[in-house]
Amino acid sequence: MNNLLEIKNLYLEAYYEEKWQPIVHDISFDLKRGEVLGLIGESGAGKSTIGLAAMGYARQGCRIASGSINLDGIEMFNASNKDLRKVRGSKISYVAQSAAASFNPAHRVIKQYAEAPVQHGLMSSVQAEKEAIELYERLFLPSPDKIGYRYPHELSGGQLQRAMVAMAMSCKPDIIVFDEPTTALDVTTQIEVLAAVKEITEKMNKAALYITHDLAVVAQVAHRIMVLRNGRLVEMNETRELIKNPKEKYTRELLNVRSLRENKTIHDKMDVILNIKNVAATYTGDKNVVEDIDLTVRKGRTVALVGESGSGKSTVAKIITGLLPANNGSIKFLGKELPRKLKDRVKDDLRKMQMIYQMPDTALNPKQTVRKVIGRPLEFYFGIRGKEAEEQIRQLLVDIELDPDHYIGRLTTELSGGEKQRICIARALAAKPDLIICDEVTSALDQLVAEGILDLLQDLQNKTNMSYLFITHDLATVKAIADKIVIMLQGKIVEQGAKKEILTPPHHEYTDKLLASVPEMDPDWLDNLLEKRASTFI
Amino acid sequence: MKNVLILILKRSGASLITVFIISLIIFIGVEALPGDVAETVLGQGATPETVEAFRKELKLDLPPHIRYGAWLNDFIHGEFGNSLANGRPVAGLIGWRFGNTLFLALSTAMIAIPLAIILGMLAALYRNTFFDKLISTTTLSFISFPEFFIAYILISILSVKMNIFPSLAVIDPEMGLSGRIYAIILPSLTLTCVVTAHMMRQTRAAIINVLASAYIEMAEIKGMKRLRIIVLHAFPNSLSPVINVIAVNMAYLIVGVVLVEVVFVYPGLGQLLVDSVAKRDLPVVQASGLVFSIVYISLNLLADILSMLSNPKLRQSQI
Repeated sequence: MNNLLEIKNLYLEAYYEEKWQPIVHDISFDLKRGEVLGLIGESGAGKSTIGLAAMGYARQGCRIASGSINLDGIEMFNASNKDLRKVRGSKISYVAQSAAASFNPAHRVIKQYAEAPVQHGLMSSVQAEKEAIELYERLFLPSPDKIGYRYPHELSGGQLQRAMVAMAMSCKPDIIVFDEPTTALDVTTQIEVLAAVKEITEKMNKAALYITHDLAVVAQVAHRIMVLRNGRLVEMNETRELIKNPKEKYTRELLNVRSLRENKTIHDKMDVILNIKNVAATYTGDKNVVEDIDLTVRKGRTVALVGESGSGKSTVAKIITGLLPANNGSIKFLGKELPRKLKDRVKDDLRKMQMIYQMPDTALNPKQTVRKVIGRPLEFYFGIRGKEAEEQIRQLLVDIELDPDHYIGRLTTELSGGEKQRICIARALAAKPDLIICDEVTSALDQLVAEGILDLLQDLQNKTNMSYLFITHDLATVKAIADKIVIMLQGKIVEQGAKKEILTPPHHEYTDKLLASVPEMDPDWLDNLLEKRASTFI
Repeated sequence: MKNVLILILKRSGASLITVFIISLIIFIGVEALPGDVAETVLGQGATPETVEAFRKELKLDLPPHIRYGAWLNDFIHGEFGNSLANGRPVAGLIGWRFGNTLFLALSTAMIAIPLAIILGMLAALYRNTFFDKLISTTTLSFISFPEFFIAYILISILSVKMNIFPSLAVIDPEMGLSGRIYAIILPSLTLTCVVTAHMMRQTRAAIINVLASAYIEMAEIKGMKRLRIIVLHAFPNSLSPVINVIAVNMAYLIVGVVLVEVVFVYPGLGQLLVDSVAKRDLPVVQASGLVFSIVYISLNLLADILSMLSNPKLRQSQI
């Protein structure tokens, strides 16, 4: 069979520090009809850049430096804009990571579907809309004949992502580039989109590039996988072969992430740090967003609060910290009833409960040095300044495994994402808290970096006997770090218990769905799951 | 839709309160003007008795808060009183001139707004090219000059040298539409030069701001033409700031064009206001001040509502 796409010796450059610098080095691959190639790597690996380059497109500030991109006989490197426009959208199309951002908010979804086929002169808009409805139906969108006439903000994230897959199909292209199409979605919605991708690539015989950072996800759809790191090829192999026999150390690391850590027992006799009972709260004043929340955190243990977006897990954190005052129930912390409002609490209560956030970028002041960020709680809570503070800051940096000499004077903007999150941890530690609330602390980080952060948190807990309340949507993280699991759905706790209890059947119905939706490192996992679901529905 | 209606009602309420506060400020401001109407009208030779009698006739001897109440009450009922200077009803004086001011403002807007938006789109399309810089430099030069200067330059070129348009924009109530338009071409051109830059810069900036969005990249990847992307994808999403700057400029065209009116001897409301301040003709000053502020506030209210309606998310929000 002929190759649809042949990329040879591709080099890409980006403009930074006032010169063009290489970001992708010597990448070559080809793609046949009906084949799906997975591109996997962490952020900065150049996978999106390569995916876009396959369309002859480079983002602002990037350029294709050299190489050959041959799309079904058309050379895309150095082709004129007019020629590129003809091919883009019609022969090769793109599904972006965030459908919510990639749909134009000012136009109806189906009009955006029809735009490419009409503008490329392939069909009338009436015909395009008719086909859109057929595709929406095929991708299991609810009320397919009406949903397209809504504006993007009226669809849910999973629906939009499927509508975007449909839009990519509008001109019946030969190749589709999927750029992290499920990363922004909840696990249960991810399945729907993965099923849509599989439907398109297998049944409609399209070739595809599937870009992701999640090896378990790409294993479900790709025939071959290409592992990238820092813009270079690490290894490329058939999916099953790559998972069974990874040749490179980096691939093995990617495969091994989220290994189980030590299992700590948890029992009723242990000291209770935090006990909340029957708590409810509301944002609007009439309807409670969370209700009947009972939760206990014990000394030196980690409680994971798990749920999908909108389940109210972050709201619970806000209630505990007092940012959102509860309108019912009690919050007992270290044997003492806490006032519901933040401003009614005393300084020492605030000190004992610290928070680490999802986005270390926005949680740190970009104008401050590491010394200042970590020194602030020392001064605020303990009045420590000067030489003594300097010593403690250095010790804290050692605790979070960063070299004090190298980091103490640097601005927070000069750090990587993982380093920033470590600084946030040090800032929380500086207050010598009894409880740290971690709100999705690893979701914005690359897998291996996140792994390092989880290791660090575990070590610190072993050393200081702190407790963690870990808020996350990522079940792999939960399995790795939690001692106790609390599962939330639509503002209520559906199930809670020790990790072992929750993870072994029988589960609550929702827990079951949640656990079953986490992709496994098994290429047959998705097929089996879909088959199982289909049979239970009939 | 219900939500939007409630929001519009709330905004309108707030605007009403603002108008009320402004009426108070105008009244106090006029009170604080130095000099005395009676003395100004009767001249220096008047005896204190005649001045006193005249003050009584004008009810200037009553305490300020009573006069304020009476004035506001009359204003709400469309009763603007009579001019102190010539005894003619204020409503008649203002009405015709306000019509003229609106006519000049709308004619200018009809040239300036489309021109500014098209230039803004083109500047965004060819950004950082020679064309973009040329548009920016030209329009910015125009706002950097004082407006009377532009007016005189236009007069000297188009009227004195080339003799195409009249240098005085004299119009009277009996003139036909085409005559009026011919008469106001030069003031209209002057004002176009003054307001275009601001709106064009805002259009360009708003579009360029939106061009960094993921949906613009998506449109490019779908193989759409640059012009189509600017006009159909970027512009609808940058309407809100553009509408606001248009409203501010419209308000300026109505409220702030005194200088241009004076240069072209155009009988607009601005000139009347300036004349009346000089003559201490308080009823006219107060009435025109309040009319100006109502126009200004209404335009801003309209801009708020329009930019809300330009966003499907707000337009369709239900509860």
